[in-house]
Amino acid sequence: MASLSGLYQDLILDHNRAPQNYRQMVDANRRADGTNPLCGDRLTVWLKVEDDTIKDVTFQGAGCAISKASASLMTAAVKGRTRTEAEALFERFRRLVTGDLPDSEAGTLGKLAVFSGLSEFPVRVKCASLSWHALKAALNEPDAVVSTE
Amino acid sequence: MEAGSAIRPASSEDVSRPPFDVDRVRADFPILQRKVRGKPLVYLDNAATSQKPQSVIDAVSGFYAGENANIHRGVHYLSERATAAYDQVREKVTRFINARSSREVVFTKGTTEGINLVAQSYARTHLKPGDDILITVMEHHSNIVPWQLVCEQTGANLRAVPITDDGELDLEAFEQMLSERTKLVALVHLSNALGTINPIKQLVALAHARGIPVLVDGAQAAPHLVVDVKDLDCDFYVFSGHKVFGPTGVGVLYGRESLLESMPPYQGGGDMIATVSIQRSTWAPLPAKFEAGTPMIAQVMGLGAAIDYVSEVGLSDVASWEHRLLSYATERVLEIGGVRLIGTARAKASVLGFVMEGVHPHDIGTILDDQGVAIRAGHHCAQPVMERFQVAATARASFAFYNTIQEADALVAGLTTVKKMFA
Repeated sequence: MASLSGLYQDLILDHNRAPQNYRQMVDANRRADGTNPLCGDRLTVWLKVEDDTIKDVTFQGAGCAISKASASLMTAAVKGRTRTEAEALFERFRRLVTGDLPDSEAGTLGKLAVFSGLSEFPVRVKCASLSWHALKAALNEPDAVVSTE
Repeated sequence: MEAGSAIRPASSEDVSRPPFDVDRVRADFPILQRKVRGKPLVYLDNAATSQKPQSVIDAVSGFYAGENANIHRGVHYLSERATAAYDQVREKVTRFINARSSREVVFTKGTTEGINLVAQSYARTHLKPGDDILITVMEHHSNIVPWQLVCEQTGANLRAVPITDDGELDLEAFEQMLSERTKLVALVHLSNALGTINPIKQLVALAHARGIPVLVDGAQAAPHLVVDVKDLDCDFYVFSGHKVFGPTGVGVLYGRESLLESMPPYQGGGDMIATVSIQRSTWAPLPAKFEAGTPMIAQVMGLGAAIDYVSEVGLSDVASWEHRLLSYATERVLEIGGVRLIGTARAKASVLGFVMEGVHPHDIGTILDDQGVAIRAGHHCAQPVMERFQVAATARASFAFYNTIQEADALVAGLTTVKKMFA
């Protein structure tokens, strides 16, 4: 049975209350807007990419606790990583929240593993993925808009 | 309920003596006996769809089990019976909304199709470049987008009457925006996002004084208010079966006979013709002209049972009970603190829309769901309303006559948990 406390863990509530890297980036060279048309959520991810490496990443937007905490933890997780590393991390994260990642691999996700409870709430998977989709779009197109639909 | 029935706080004495037997009514709805996530289901998403009494479920399954045949074309026993039963439901609907004749009652697949039918068959053929269609800011997307399509097709303009901070229609603006260019008014009877009840009779009179026909979206009103199309004097009235305790996939379009006569068919096919040759066809008389193809026969049977059920329960008794429920829930929810109501019209029914400080409505929805409480979170297909109140989304509890004071308490208990978690 789905466990509410497994979803709204303290780490998620903390990042919802005080998200990290929550600001516009004036000297960004990449950005993408992500929208979830179903609920009206919208966020922007800014990147500074140099030599194929994410030197800095920030976000801003309106969304639920899951989407905000996920964006916050994402920024912390991908800063300093190469594009390939960040995309591989997204793939592992996607498998985690959809319940397709074996427990043995969950450890490789660090703090992102806090979202493992999400696999029991399929309607909320989009919330956690929104910022990642925006990140991926920004990495591949300098100025992109993505949608979860 | 048309005007002036402000939300009053209910005293505990009021709520302990319901005017009709809620428990007896609840026993008619099998789904209300089930549990969700190990807790009794508290269903407060009635504005999205209502639950079905056993009599409706039996009418649909009974039709398939013992009566199934196509209508209007068979000479055999079952087809004759099905045809008669189908036509009887049309008579039932005619009485339910007090239409002049069953020729004015068209079965559709729902409110959305009814509006699209009027948009394409009436507006598209009657409007010219520079004409106006007047709607309001509180419309559901289904009463916005069909008109946008017609405006693109005809060169007409879509204009929307503003609403006040309480979520009431700005009556002064409505009157000012009616002009010589206005060729159609389309507006909601009871707002799904705000709960506002519009003074339809008064608005229709204002439009008719300028010779402008009016379509009323009654999707939310039909399960809560007594609808009398003759008294309202509207030209079109649309509603859905599934919100009035009937099946999905069936709805009703009421249209004034002279207007329906002036409109070309919406779709072509079987059942809507008088004669067909390769080059041209002639149309069947009303209402068959607008019912191409095999209709939703079993769903119409279910709708008939739903109307019987609602008529037996009595919509006027229901209105006062629901009013009490809504007043009580509103007062208790406000006691929690940090809650802002979205929609505080004086005349209001069923809908309790709100936002909570620091908590997104989707999180509220998920946490309430864990306690068995089903509400809706999001923009409710009314994005212009969200924009008007500068919120991305709201949480919405919507009540039906089978809801109880204990269920309102469960909502409040759930919201108290939410507040604690996000404190």
